[in-house]
Amino acid sequence: MTRVLLQMTGIVKEFPGVRALSGVDLDVRAGEVHCLLGQNGAGKSTLIKVLAAVHQPDEGTLEWDGQPVSFGSPQAALKSGIATIYQELDLVPDLSVAENIFLGHELSTAGFSQRHRANRTARELLVRLGHAEISPARSVGSLAPAGQQIVSMARALSRDTRLLILDEPSAVLDQEGVANLFRVIRGLTAEGVAVIYISHRLEEIRQIGDRITVLKDGRTVATGLAVAETPTADLIKLMTGRAIEYVFPPRPSVAADGPVVLDAQDLSLAGVFGGVNLAVRAGEIVGLAGLVGAGRSEILETLYGARRATTGTVSVDGKQLRRGSVTSAVKAGVGLAPEERKSQALLLDESVSNNITVSSLAAFSRAGFLDRGSERTQSSKLTASLDVRPAGVTRAVRTLSGGNQQKVVLARWLLRECRVLLLDEPTRGVDVGARTEIYQLIRRLADSGVAVVVVSSEVEEVLGLADRVLVIREGEVVHEGPATELDESRVLDLVMEGKVA
Amino acid sequence: MTENVPASDETARVEAAAQETAREDNPVLALLRTSAGRNAGLVVALLIVCVVGAITAGDRFTSSDNALTILRYATTVGVVSIGMTFVIIGGGIDLSVGAILALASVWCTTLATQQSAQDSHWIVLVLVALAVGAGCGLVNGLLVAYGGVVPFIATLAMLASARGLAEIISDKKTQIVQVPDFVDFFDREIVGIGISVYLFALVALVAWVLLNRTTFGRRTIAVGGNLEAARLAGINVKRHTVLLYVLLGICCGIAALMLVARTSTGSSTHGQGYELEAIAAAVIGGALLTGGRGSIVGTVFGVLIFATITNIFVLNNRSQSEQQLLRGAIIVAAVLLQQRLASRNSKT
Repeated sequence: MTRVLLQMTGIVKEFPGVRALSGVDLDVRAGEVHCLLGQNGAGKSTLIKVLAAVHQPDEGTLEWDGQPVSFGSPQAALKSGIATIYQELDLVPDLSVAENIFLGHELSTAGFSQRHRANRTARELLVRLGHAEISPARSVGSLAPAGQQIVSMARALSRDTRLLILDEPSAVLDQEGVANLFRVIRGLTAEGVAVIYISHRLEEIRQIGDRITVLKDGRTVATGLAVAETPTADLIKLMTGRAIEYVFPPRPSVAADGPVVLDAQDLSLAGVFGGVNLAVRAGEIVGLAGLVGAGRSEILETLYGARRATTGTVSVDGKQLRRGSVTSAVKAGVGLAPEERKSQALLLDESVSNNITVSSLAAFSRAGFLDRGSERTQSSKLTASLDVRPAGVTRAVRTLSGGNQQKVVLARWLLRECRVLLLDEPTRGVDVGARTEIYQLIRRLADSGVAVVVVSSEVEEVLGLADRVLVIREGEVVHEGPATELDESRVLDLVMEGKVA
Repeated sequence: MTENVPASDETARVEAAAQETAREDNPVLALLRTSAGRNAGLVVALLIVCVVGAITAGDRFTSSDNALTILRYATTVGVVSIGMTFVIIGGGIDLSVGAILALASVWCTTLATQQSAQDSHWIVLVLVALAVGAGCGLVNGLLVAYGGVVPFIATLAMLASARGLAEIISDKKTQIVQVPDFVDFFDREIVGIGISVYLFALVALVAWVLLNRTTFGRRTIAVGGNLEAARLAGINVKRHTVLLYVLLGICCGIAALMLVARTSTGSSTHGQGYELEAIAAAVIGGALLTGGRGSIVGTVFGVLIFATITNIFVLNNRSQSEQQLLRGAIIVAAVLLQQRLASRNSKT
């Protein structure tokens, strides 16, 4: 029986008006991979922040290596051997790998850095992680996300880490990167390091996890479940409190002779994708499936004019758009809900209303003067019909949850009554309940005659939502056909084909 | 209200609550975060400055003549500060305003002093000043928006070039204005208040409407608040950026005309230090140097506070150097205060 390294009992964390954690128990053993499962808002992030001493718990006890402790600061937790690798990696791109690894605890003599020793130690750490090919002198910015993650882990190990917390580490990785990551994790646990692994992907947990703790609404609903003995259906039931599948709205049959709204001919972007032909009829939803980095987002952005196509044309309702001009696309009735909602779509400090009307300002102005009353009425109507919560169009968008922020972005294009809607990862960061609403909303839009193109990393989502699917591999369309003729494994085959060899 | 919110809003509630915790710390800071509260804070600051003035300079400060002096001084830098507020909200900065002002003053007075132009109409003078301002702003804007030069460098280059050109045109001499209609116009007073004060008020009013009630203003906030989001929302961000710098250039032209009228001269040394004062006034008034936020009312107060402090220094016979020292300290204090307000705001 392995030693218990960390024991958290009855952890409570309150923010005014809300209990983020109301009684969480967690025990982690040395040398195990302990998976933390839960929906968005279940309290996973708050819990790891309590553990890393970013937040102080209001109630509950924490035992570290058999001793009751309370970490006063993140530095204290680090010193005790708890390292957290957050979703957004905190590396300095212009410093070298070695410099990043020893950032904050540089190897130095009288203030002079010992570069050779740092490089040597860094190399040892990288070898230990099975990545001897990463040079300690290389700048971190030139590494792929997978490599950067390795550097983060090397940094954690440079401090004698005994517990490593990984928050959705696979989100930035492709299949191969995930396999590497798992190899590294197995190596670490073999040395006795405990790992807390957070992920939404159940199949990953199957592969790497030893035991599972499930959180729901800030409470532990199950702890210490052995991965091997717990069926997936049980886990979903624990996470949601009900057994659910994503519910996709039914597909009405698209008139095969319906007018083609969006038509792209021989579209290409040098070095990213090429030879894309795409025709979307009114009322049709076309899905683009493929791995991250296959060029899916770039295709959408090129259709939208946000990237300047190298060759090819894009037409809407038969009228050709000016190449590389967002303004021309928007005028023709094209709307984009980009992948990175917060950085690419929203003005976070501005009101819901201002965010909805920002693409339709001309419609609300007379000689440049805005009719703010009408702006608010129209926005209120839309948010009510989309069920944006909390209601009220004057609050800042920042205070809304992911799903509601996404509805605000969709409302922006609903207001413009656009002809073509391009959706990049429309349900990223959106929880299960709100997903269903967004799927229905997208279908409703299509039914009203809009041509929709959806990009998603979740094959299930593309297959469930779209009428027709284009599979993209390394910038090329490798398959095109009705969604009903494909299943998840076939799509994965298509996506991976040629990569294995 | 927490009772019947569905689970899907858990995140929203946690975020909102976390924000509220952050805000609870200090009631004064919390008040200053609202726009009404900030303006109230600026009124209090201005009153404190006035009390200091009344104590140290007595009647000389409190006389109505002195109040008019402060106002008249505030008008030139005030018009520039209002233009600067737009550029800052739009995510930019302009270091060349003082130099543009000098160039505009020299160029228009050169025309007005030439023999052939002796009896030229005053409107020529006005048009030239505005055109020079707009032209310099256009160059700044094109460099920033289409040339991809960071605003700091583009306008720093303009600062050097515009003042250099002003020195060449004027041969480093002060040029006396000889257009009586023009000087007379600005000498006029309405109920005892100089015409330039009315002009400043008019510029401020137009600017307030432009920022808060028009598509131009809304787009400015969008471009400065999140450039990428504004671009993907279909706003022509490059054209808009150019327009912002042109707007500021025109403000410099107006300020140049006011200064030419007040001093009856055009000179390549006009407007020195205006960039600092204009940026400081906008920042004190609540403009965020990262863009996306700012207020015309706030900027006007910022200008008045600076003008009053300058006046108190003059009345007490303190040196220009001491004045500079205090100014620097005020700017740092304002930015520090603003960062405390802003960092709490953006925490999630």
